[in-house]
Amino acid sequence: MQLQISHTTHYQYDKPVDYALQRVHLRPMNMDIQEVNSWALEIDGGRIEASYKDHYGNHSDLISTDPGVRTLAITATGIVTTRDTSGIVGKIYGRAPLWHFLQTTSFTVAGPKIRALSKIVKQSDDHLSGLHALSSAILESVPYKLGETDTKSKAEEVMGIGSGVCQDHAHIFIAAARAAGLPARYVSGYLMMNDRIDQDASHAWAEVHLEELGWVGFDVSNAISPDEKYVRIAVGRDTRDAAPIKGMRLGDSDETMIVSLQVQQ
Amino acid sequence: MMSDDGIRSTYRSYHEWFSEQDNRRLAKKSAQAEALFKRTGITFNVYGQADAEERLIPFDLVPRIVSNSEWTKLAKGIDQRVRAINAFLHDIYNRQEILRAGVLPKKLIAENDAFLPQMIDFSPPGDVYTHIVGTDIVRTGEDDFYVLEDNARTPSGVSYMLENRETMLQMFPELFSKIRVQNVSNYPKNLRRSLEACAPASCDGRPTVAILTPGIYNSAYYEHSFLADQMGVELVEGHDLRIVDGHVAMRTTQGYRTIDVLYRRVDDAYLDPLTFNPNSALGVPGIMDVYRAGNITIANAPGTGVADDKAVYSYIPDIIEFYTGEKAILKNVETYRCSEPDALKYTLSNLSELVVKEVHGSGGYGMLVGPAASKRELSEFAEKLKAHPDNYIAQPTLSLSTVPIFTKKGLAPRHVDLRPFALVSPDGVDITPGGLTRVALKAGSLVVNSSQGGGTKDTWVLED
Repeated sequence: MQLQISHTTHYQYDKPVDYALQRVHLRPMNMDIQEVNSWALEIDGGRIEASYKDHYGNHSDLISTDPGVRTLAITATGIVTTRDTSGIVGKIYGRAPLWHFLQTTSFTVAGPKIRALSKIVKQSDDHLSGLHALSSAILESVPYKLGETDTKSKAEEVMGIGSGVCQDHAHIFIAAARAAGLPARYVSGYLMMNDRIDQDASHAWAEVHLEELGWVGFDVSNAISPDEKYVRIAVGRDTRDAAPIKGMRLGDSDETMIVSLQVQQ
Repeated sequence: MMSDDGIRSTYRSYHEWFSEQDNRRLAKKSAQAEALFKRTGITFNVYGQADAEERLIPFDLVPRIVSNSEWTKLAKGIDQRVRAINAFLHDIYNRQEILRAGVLPKKLIAENDAFLPQMIDFSPPGDVYTHIVGTDIVRTGEDDFYVLEDNARTPSGVSYMLENRETMLQMFPELFSKIRVQNVSNYPKNLRRSLEACAPASCDGRPTVAILTPGIYNSAYYEHSFLADQMGVELVEGHDLRIVDGHVAMRTTQGYRTIDVLYRRVDDAYLDPLTFNPNSALGVPGIMDVYRAGNITIANAPGTGVADDKAVYSYIPDIIEFYTGEKAILKNVETYRCSEPDALKYTLSNLSELVVKEVHGSGGYGMLVGPAASKRELSEFAEKLKAHPDNYIAQPTLSLSTVPIFTKKGLAPRHVDLRPFALVSPDGVDITPGGLTRVALKAGSLVVNSSQGGGTKDTWVLED
């Protein structure tokens, strides 16, 4: 499936900004399950200072603002051809060893609630069906709902809140999979929803490593494994590694951020 | 070698000179030296001493003398270790062959706090990780040298090596015409040259080097400013730097100027708030991005602390063999890894005879010197050991050699260690003939750390 993507993140500052930096993951990787036909990153109000591959192989860019700007717009546009592999990414490995993805991070600490959930995986006949059961169980106890959690919410905390968004689902799933002894990672990317062109936000899901299949994706929020409507952008141990944008700025200005995202065929 | 009168042959000429000196004159010289240090401002903040923020490290005017042949062996051994450690770090952050081969347990890397994932799949400019190393060495017998610690992360103390020599030259110029001592004063020039040789490939023209300090409240601030001054490079703080035109650049009166090599004395955790501790005001946001894009050299490289872990230390002889195919020239102190049940058992039943250290610790903090500990201290430490055995290693108490120090009652023996400084670049390993000799000033004491009340003395490596 050929997907056309346009993703703009627009920052508005209430005072001129002397200096701000954004580290972005906004370039999809070229791989067996997705081919990047064309892609461009455009910056209005700033410039790209560094472009490199990070320790997970993610395309990363460091963007600085021009001195004294009040707005910064970062736009990623392009076309990606995807394949449906029933969520199987396969035995593709970077230099980061598998044990690294077994290690917990502050976002993915498994407390009592998540440890209880992780038993579903251990009790299943095979890991794959166990993980699908885990995914359904998470969505049941933490239904998708906007506004109840924020970007800093931790996995176990969200279990207590009782609802969350894709980032929270991915964190809980990762924490539970690791607690069950399986390497797991966070994926950020895009999803084309069938009923609309304008999407609310970029998407996040999880991947677990299985001996037989390699990496396999699970999108808890949509209760499926990623298919040809998904575009992978970046991976990591949690959102901090893979989030599309992470920044800092000097001074006391306040910012408002507006995201505009279109994914269509 | 000792002669019949008990004087090591290396000390013969010095001893001749010393016996002709008047003790009162020397005592006066000793006071002068102290005044000199106070004037230059060479002080050291002692952590954990609330009432004494800054303190002068006591200086002893009797040099520690090393013969040329002893030095040659030491230097060869340090060179070998340093090369192996660099190969090890590159491997650990890339293919991890040493883990696959089962030479080093995976756990020691996976559970190592100093391991930085952000260094995975990356080769720093020139493949150099440890641009500056300060290997701590002790001597237990005529030809028995042991490495205590490798200090691959951020060795400090080189300013003492330079200042101690300078002071000796000022106070006793006649000694240096009588005895031929190898020069150490080229160190700052060599350091600058070595760092320049590690500049990233993207740098054309003469590389710009700068030293990044956490600021005046850091215990080693004196050394940072001293080295910047001696090397003729800028001393900068995090707030002086930002990312400009794809490089880390420092604010100058003529605008921003690119830095090619940053000798940073800021710990990994504080180096880049965008990557590590977000609350750090000491670092440079985005420096890791510029680093991975190949536009700056960070010395020493982030993540080198992996090699300083004391459990990893215990594998250094294996690490040397794995990467160089040679046997280690310098010995390791026998080390019991308390993570291993047998070693823990042995440590607990022999606690009063052992030195126990935290695997991630440095500076002599959190360690137990068994023979010097009270019964209560021993039993309290045993509890800590049982609660977190992985956290500790134990070593036998070495019978460290002594060298003479000057006291009011004349010469007296004290235990010492030695920290020579090695510079690493693609051009090779350069070891300055000399180093920092630390001395335990209390009679019988084995703890030489300046943070624990040790002193220093000049270190002489003799010409042939």
